[in-house]
Amino acid sequence: MIGSGEDSGFKKSNTINRRMFIFAAAKAVVFFGIVGRLFSLQISENKKYLTLSDKNRLREARLPPVRGEFVDYFGNRIAKNLTVYQLHVVPEQVEDFKTLMVRLKDILNLNDDRLQDLIKKKNQQKPWETLIVSENLTWDEFSKINFYLHELSGARPVLTVGRNYPYSETYTHVLGYVSEASVNDLVSNETIKDRNVPGLRVGKTGLEKALENELIGTNGVQRFEVNAYGKRINQIDFKEGEQGKTIKLTIDTEIQKYTQELLNKRAGSISVMDIYTGEIIAMNSSPSFDPNLFLYGIEKNKWNEIKKDPLKPLLNKTVSGLYSPGSTIKPLVALSALENDVITTNLKVNCRGHKHPLELYGMKYHCWKKQGHGYMSLQNAIKQSCDTYFYEAARLLGVDRLNVTAKKFGLGNVVLGEYFNEKKGVVPSTKWKKEAIGQNWYLGETLINGIGQGYIQTTPLQLCLMTAQLANGGHKIYPKIIFDNKQDAIEDIKRKMKFAEEKNDEDSKLLSATEKFFNPNEKTYEALYRNKENVKFVLDAMFKSTNELYGTSFSSRIEDPKYQFAGKTGTAQVKRITEAERELDLKTDQIPYKQRDHAWYIAFGPYKDPRYAVSILVEHGGSGSSTAAPIAKKLFKFLIDRHELREKTKKRNLTNINI
Amino acid sequence: MFIQSSLSEKSTFFQKLRSFDYIMLLCILVLGIVSSFAMYSTDGGELRYHTESHIIRFVIFFMMMIFISFINIKTWHTFGYLFYIIVLGLLIWASLFGITAQGSQRWINLYFINLQPSELMKIAIILCFAKYFHRIQLSNVNRLKNIIIPLLILFIPIALVISQPDLGTSILIALSGIIVLWLAGINIKYFFYSSLVFIISAPFVISFLKPYQKLRILTFFDPDKDPLGAGYQIIQSKIAVGSGGLTGKGYLKGTQGYLEFLPEKHTDFIFTLFSEEFGFLGSIFLLIVYAILIYRILKIGSLSRSFFGKFFCYGFGSAIFVYITVNMSMVLGLLPIVGSPLPIMSYGGSSMLATMIGLGIVMSTKIYERQLIS
Repeated sequence: MIGSGEDSGFKKSNTINRRMFIFAAAKAVVFFGIVGRLFSLQISENKKYLTLSDKNRLREARLPPVRGEFVDYFGNRIAKNLTVYQLHVVPEQVEDFKTLMVRLKDILNLNDDRLQDLIKKKNQQKPWETLIVSENLTWDEFSKINFYLHELSGARPVLTVGRNYPYSETYTHVLGYVSEASVNDLVSNETIKDRNVPGLRVGKTGLEKALENELIGTNGVQRFEVNAYGKRINQIDFKEGEQGKTIKLTIDTEIQKYTQELLNKRAGSISVMDIYTGEIIAMNSSPSFDPNLFLYGIEKNKWNEIKKDPLKPLLNKTVSGLYSPGSTIKPLVALSALENDVITTNLKVNCRGHKHPLELYGMKYHCWKKQGHGYMSLQNAIKQSCDTYFYEAARLLGVDRLNVTAKKFGLGNVVLGEYFNEKKGVVPSTKWKKEAIGQNWYLGETLINGIGQGYIQTTPLQLCLMTAQLANGGHKIYPKIIFDNKQDAIEDIKRKMKFAEEKNDEDSKLLSATEKFFNPNEKTYEALYRNKENVKFVLDAMFKSTNELYGTSFSSRIEDPKYQFAGKTGTAQVKRITEAERELDLKTDQIPYKQRDHAWYIAFGPYKDPRYAVSILVEHGGSGSSTAAPIAKKLFKFLIDRHELREKTKKRNLTNINI
Repeated sequence: MFIQSSLSEKSTFFQKLRSFDYIMLLCILVLGIVSSFAMYSTDGGELRYHTESHIIRFVIFFMMMIFISFINIKTWHTFGYLFYIIVLGLLIWASLFGITAQGSQRWINLYFINLQPSELMKIAIILCFAKYFHRIQLSNVNRLKNIIIPLLILFIPIALVISQPDLGTSILIALSGIIVLWLAGINIKYFFYSSLVFIISAPFVISFLKPYQKLRILTFFDPDKDPLGAGYQIIQSKIAVGSGGLTGKGYLKGTQGYLEFLPEKHTDFIFTLFSEEFGFLGSIFLLIVYAILIYRILKIGSLSRSFFGKFFCYGFGSAIFVYITVNMSMVLGLLPIVGSPLPIMSYGGSSMLATMIGLGIVMSTKIYERQLIS
């Protein structure tokens, strides 16, 4: 170190220092490189990373919208929301999906099929989408889940609202039901797509479907801070959604329930309508089923049971079932014939029974009464429902003129518009046949058309509307099932009808109309007749049919004027009766079910000051007078007993909502 | 010279105490305190395991550093090789009987501490080289023998550490050694050629890496390729730092750390957490403290009369710099993720122990700066 070392030591020291200096310079460069990097991340790109950081920590959860409820005329909730307990899993937030599922399977006693379904569903959806493990947990299951929650990371017990139909079968065909939104629902309805969350229930049939956009409500939004494992740390923000609209129906639950009782699981339909306001008070199609079964997916065997039931519970017979009206068309045929001056009330026709049927171009046309009615006037022909008379009347009238009258009174068109999958039915005319079938009209078809057989097809609700429009004196009304708080008062309606009647009289004398003084939106209740006397005549004949000896529904009459009603029976053949069968003259229960006649009854009451119209159909029920008319007797009693309550509620309803 | 040296050798305790580098000491204390606060934040704002043991370690090792400072630099020179051999022995012990954690066998259970010998090797290699080149005259440095022997000394521990496997530490050991080799005056062309060879052979070396290491290198070039997998750490770390902004989100308010998006936030990513909470200004402050520390270490080296002291201080100071820059570049997404702690800041006993021993030796160099070593 000393001596020669001195010199070399100096050199060595120099080298070390020089190299250290070079290295230190390099360090400074690297150092500033790091400072530069910090600057670029924290200052220049701060915004970008702040956003990313927020995206990291904040999660938005869209809450299912709360569906609007349905209430009946008296404000009873007929489709409501209940709290339901559900279990959700977001696969993204689960560390080990399989283990979690096995654990849940133990706790909830899920079967293997359900487990496979869940795994399949999980694989189909995005990892951040909620997987609903169980949609309707019992309280016990829900508490159990909460108890084990610490070992079920990623599982989320959720309190949510679910649909409930407290009257189960009573409203099935009116309300329809809700079920999980399908791909089809999402495609066909933008609103559903917009507000969709996993497990969203949407209307599948009935009003639930028709009024979907009003009922659905808006989503609430929850904003959460989550940690790296997706665990919610705390709630940052919460925006409540708006519940869908509550919809008030015109239906009276008690009457609706009673009509169901009356039909007693037989296939058929009952409709009740206010003849002035057009409000539907009951609308029942039987048999029905429990819509609550569909909320969380119906079991396959139950579904098959409903689907394969020969009485067709899935069909809303009131609006979508098409039937020959049978003799219930006769008042309308009589009216049309009188209006068109083809007959007078004095016309007499001799009905001579099965031995001497009416013959036309080699075809025989029988009256239903084997022995015949003898000489019939128009009034007696309606009262006793003589077919032979109406063959003659129809022949004189012709199919096309009947078509005009029938359409005026509501046949051949939908009654409620867009709410249901309504059928228009058929009111035939020569033109219609040419277009629909491509054949010319035969006179024989006119004859059977006159007794409501042949091509003519109606729904029970159409016949109810027809009856209502006859019963109110022949004025157009506006059927509705949803309560309208801007409706005219009964007095106003009657006044307007009176006005329309006078105008009708003027119009027939003088063609100059005063229509321009009318508000086009105002309901006019226009007259559907030419001569008011003709309507009066028909209504009187219907009264006699029910309340006088030999009337077809005489045995179902009520003598108390408070409940007294007037009606017309109908017995609609479902197949052509052969000569041999006519000879046999079988009783209803001797005929196979599918070949039995449909029993009809249309009526209005109370007769003194009519207010309600009903139409009753019992499929394959035999004759109208033995099956359908007795139902009307019970129904009118019940209906009119509730009249006062309804009127009181109406006043309350109108004032309440207007506030 | 002799007089002075004998003076310093026999200087009193208070004289020694007075010749301490107090600026360096202050820097160490600042880092210790800052790291304790950062650790408290990683524990979610509670005094829990990590914070407690970090503070205890810092206090113990700080006192140990003071103690080491009073040991004559000559003693470190004398035991330089022995220290290396002991650490090498521990490394072999670790690969034979060590504790395995996270797929790597790198710890020895010493009952009171789980020691990671590879961390100590970072110091041992500098100490060993400092002693080796202390004697060798400049003209002899580039002799073949003087290149082969140091390389052997370097390769044996590196091979052991790689086989643990621990890529990060082995790279840092290699860099520590290479720094001293550079300072010793080995011809630049050797560095040039070997780095050329390294670059060319890199693809082959990579093919020998473990799959997860390969993935890390690949994701470094494109972290977005697998944002929830291998790229997760880099992306989350960049988000944390970037969202800190100028002044940070505030102490204990770093969402990335608090909500556990940050990986390894106690150890390798402690700077990320600090930077998220204290922002650009805080980060610059930390960098300046480190810069002053390194400057003081280098300064002590430059004033040292012995080559051993010079080599050690230059080597250790530069090594500290390398550790810091590698760690920061890694968390800022400038380098692939390899395990490398931030000196003093990161949680980890062995790393702190090694750093404190190194700082103690540096301090001893300062106190005995006039000590000559024959």
